[in-house]
Amino acid sequence: MALQHLLGIAELTREEILTILEQAKRFREVLDRPIPIVPALRGKTIVNLFFEPSTRTITSFTLAASRLSAQCLNFAVSASSAKKGESLLDTVENILAMRVDGVVVRHSLAGVPHFLARRVNCFVVNAGDGCHEHPTQALLDNFTLLERFGSLEGKRVLIVGDIAHSRVARSNIICLNKLGAKVAVCAPPTLLPVGVEHLGCEVFFRLDKILYEVDVVHMLRLQVERMGAGLIPSLREYRQFYGLTRERLSKLKPEVVIIHPGPVNWGVEMDYDVKEMPQTLILNQVKNGVAVRMAVLFLLAAGRGLLTEEAGSG
Amino acid sequence: MGKILFTGGSVIDPVGGRIRRADVLIENGLVKAVGARIKAPDAKKVDCRNRFLAPGFIDLHCHLREPGEEISETIASGAWAAFASGFTQICPMPNTNPAIDSEAMVRFELEAARGVNGARLIPVGCCTKGRQGKELAELGGMSMAGARAVSDDGNWVSDANLMRRVLEYAKTFNLLVMSHCEVPELSLGLADEGFVATRLGLPASPGIAEAIAAMRDIMLAEWTGAPLHICHVSSRETVEVLRWAKARGVAVTAETCPHYFTLTSEALGREYDSNLRVNPPLRSELDRKAIVRALKDGTIDAISTDHAPHTSEEKEREFEAAAPGIIGFETAFSLCYEVLVLKKVLTLPELVARLSTAPAQILGLEPPAIEPGKEANLVLLDTEVRWEFSRERVLSRSFNTPFLGRMMRGKVVAVFLGENYYFDSEFLGEQSEVGKFPKVGFKKTGA
Repeated sequence: MALQHLLGIAELTREEILTILEQAKRFREVLDRPIPIVPALRGKTIVNLFFEPSTRTITSFTLAASRLSAQCLNFAVSASSAKKGESLLDTVENILAMRVDGVVVRHSLAGVPHFLARRVNCFVVNAGDGCHEHPTQALLDNFTLLERFGSLEGKRVLIVGDIAHSRVARSNIICLNKLGAKVAVCAPPTLLPVGVEHLGCEVFFRLDKILYEVDVVHMLRLQVERMGAGLIPSLREYRQFYGLTRERLSKLKPEVVIIHPGPVNWGVEMDYDVKEMPQTLILNQVKNGVAVRMAVLFLLAAGRGLLTEEAGSG
Repeated sequence: MGKILFTGGSVIDPVGGRIRRADVLIENGLVKAVGARIKAPDAKKVDCRNRFLAPGFIDLHCHLREPGEEISETIASGAWAAFASGFTQICPMPNTNPAIDSEAMVRFELEAARGVNGARLIPVGCCTKGRQGKELAELGGMSMAGARAVSDDGNWVSDANLMRRVLEYAKTFNLLVMSHCEVPELSLGLADEGFVATRLGLPASPGIAEAIAAMRDIMLAEWTGAPLHICHVSSRETVEVLRWAKARGVAVTAETCPHYFTLTSEALGREYDSNLRVNPPLRSELDRKAIVRALKDGTIDAISTDHAPHTSEEKEREFEAAAPGIIGFETAFSLCYEVLVLKKVLTLPELVARLSTAPAQILGLEPPAIEPGKEANLVLLDTEVRWEFSRERVLSRSFNTPFLGRMMRGKVVAVFLGENYYFDSEFLGEQSEVGKFPKVGFKKTGA
């Protein structure tokens, strides 16, 4: 695989996505073993460089690295250090001095992984950059859907919520399209970015018009911290028009699948009842996330010829 | 430097829209004669065959960073870079640190420019104290010190009543008000609102953020009867607003910059190159075409550079955290020539008019012209030459430009202003009288 970095789903071909997901399937089996560890990246060092708070993504990457026997450093850079005068370039130079094999970066500004990739001599994985992309989240979402459906060809996937600020939505729309799914998004116009349809999706403003037709409902977290910007009048009204409420559940196809990148604002984008439904795959997503990230780290290291013979043998 | 005879070239008269074959004789900084086969055996000769002599350009909008950020540019280095690029007069914007918002600051600026063999400064003061948009700056004092215009460039004067007062008060002192139009609430200013910004996940600024601000200022200008100039027009909606205002007879003028008719937001690609971060942002192809049409039909009167030097430290960072702006002097003529003249949007005299005559008229100055009795204020243009804009060609102290590495067509090869002059070293090398004209030396780090 020629992939040097994982900067976004947009940079991946369908074949590269399938290669990652194939590899993830093997690691998914590893995770069910009594001792869920392989020596694939023994001796390698990966740095998690998180400029933005995160719980599940950093844990997932840390676990993925350790399940591959790599050393993993968590270098949590407070958002304020940049303001204190430390530029990203300074940080990059520090990383270079540490001679690491790979960097997993999360940043509140779009394009930071691209900035890093141009300047470091190790691989870079985008763990979420601003409102741009969150490729491993899309990969694990698609992995979870493939696990359920076998193929996404022709499946109708509806993404609901704050599309404008969602890197998860952007990565998913692109990924789902590459895997043959039909994507629709639904949000109030205040939460839809201009020209989103050119990413490859239909656009709906009213949830009830489309909900009953779809095979997958992907609910996005409502970014409550952005509510000050006056994008929606109230959480109550949001739930009323865009929430997956108990009433709306009855409109869904019985075999529908419900996913959410977490953390969920229960009672806002989803009623608590959704958690109990067998169609809800939120915890599967979390588990699959480790396998997918193992696959990404493994393949990137392999792409640079850094692997030993025992790689992937389990 | 005595007598100089420009032989065999074509002289551009941008006011009349004409080009004629003529020799030009200058003596002690003045134009002595313009005509066929001038005899001046004692003059140094500049062979101008297949080249054009035009009046010197005037840049209505640039940034020299002094005082405050001399690391990216100084008045001396900026005035020299402008001069060698064909701009004999320049309007540095007052958003320095501290800002040029008082008589003393205007005097400081002119003092710093004294003795610099470069473009002459046409000071622009602030509209409001510290560009804070709260209180009127001392417009009268700045006018007395030599300011010809006022602007809070970088900021729009949001308070409509204060802007009204700025226009009313500026009129008293014949100061032109130059407005940076941008409704801040509508504009996050990083990329044009559209699919490119959506794809890249960048906060966006729609073209109407500029147009709505321009509309308000134009209505205030009409109401107060004060002249208004709209800076760096980037959007098609602003062009429409200008067209409407000019049809009504409002005393409004406008400028745009080469990057707005050369590049679109598509140039952002997926690279997040901060050298493409400008304010206002690069917009769509529809906007670019509207700008080109507006330059052709005169809706946009003039071309400025918005030369905005920044150190690599300010640019080598996250796209959203990088300082907006690019350097513009060195590439201005070539980009204009390539996109406007070679593509037959404007004739060469029309282009010179937008770089020289129109800016002078906007500022209420006599337009430069190559005529006997006038001060020598001229540029020599080679429209055939192809050259690569490399780092070594940068005359500014900063290198922030997306055009590095680009092959250019057409170049300013010599500039004369009074007794001061500049020769492009390659052009000088081919002149038979080489050695008689010492190349004006200037080190980038010098001041």
